[in-house]
Amino acid sequence: MITILAFYLFAVLTVASAIAVIFARNPVHSVLWLIVAFFNAAGLMLILGAEFIAMLLVIVYVGAVAVLFLFVVMMLDIDFASLRSGFSRNLPFGVIIALVLLGEVIVADCAWKAGPTLGGREIPAAKVPNVVALGQLLYTKYLFAFEIAGLILLVAMIGAIVLTHRSRRDRRPQNISRQIARRPDEAVKTVNPGVGEGMKL
Amino acid sequence: MIGLSHYLTVGALLFTIGVLGIFLNRRNVILMLMAIELILLAVNINLVAFSAYLGDLTGQVLAMFVLTVAAAEAAIGLAILVIFFRRRGSIAVDDVNRMHG
Repeated sequence: MITILAFYLFAVLTVASAIAVIFARNPVHSVLWLIVAFFNAAGLMLILGAEFIAMLLVIVYVGAVAVLFLFVVMMLDIDFASLRSGFSRNLPFGVIIALVLLGEVIVADCAWKAGPTLGGREIPAAKVPNVVALGQLLYTKYLFAFEIAGLILLVAMIGAIVLTHRSRRDRRPQNISRQIARRPDEAVKTVNPGVGEGMKL
Repeated sequence: MIGLSHYLTVGALLFTIGVLGIFLNRRNVILMLMAIELILLAVNINLVAFSAYLGDLTGQVLAMFVLTVAAAEAAIGLAILVIFFRRRGSIAVDDVNRMHG
């Protein structure tokens, strides 16, 4: 009973906040609704027994991705009102397409019953904790995929830094190679000429 | 009783909302990226639901990789967005084709 209640609570809140994400007028509100959606999806995954994925959702999505979105939305000075210009014009057509797509996806989803086997209708009880089982699978069978995932994150990090880093023109940093290559005869020196003797260049 | 179909329906709804978000906010790249995150969340829900009901953890491993790629995609996408904004002063994607290398 409590499972059913929790499922409907999380499911309704996830879908409602997802709708709020795309319809919110203020993008900051959109990001906050996205966070609500992620939290409720994490709740759904907890009901499914996937504790690790649920925690990963909270940590990675809420803690990193959503905060990144929030930074960018608040950092850039964007006129969001002008960006909504085509919104109401696209709305009827978009909703029709979305409803057609939804019907199709639900029909396709219900076809899983036509597949070969899916065991019982209940979630089978886990013999070992979810994190242990996942670790045993991840570090043996999927080790290379796991390492490639790490490489993808490294590439993303380097890529983001390279893309957004800029050398500012208004700064005059120390140029070490030029400083070392400097010779005395091309340098400015202080001289103290006597009175009436003139200067020799 | 909550069956697999319930979870698949939630996933289908989230997926559709994500596609609708991309369609409606065609000028606002930030909202498009958020809609992509919603789509990936729907995919994750489907993967985890099938994994749980099949008693096979591979789906959860795959969901983890999807999460990794989603994080990388968000980082790169937002970086591109920041340099685009610096260059043009707006994020309207209608005139991205003026960038020409």
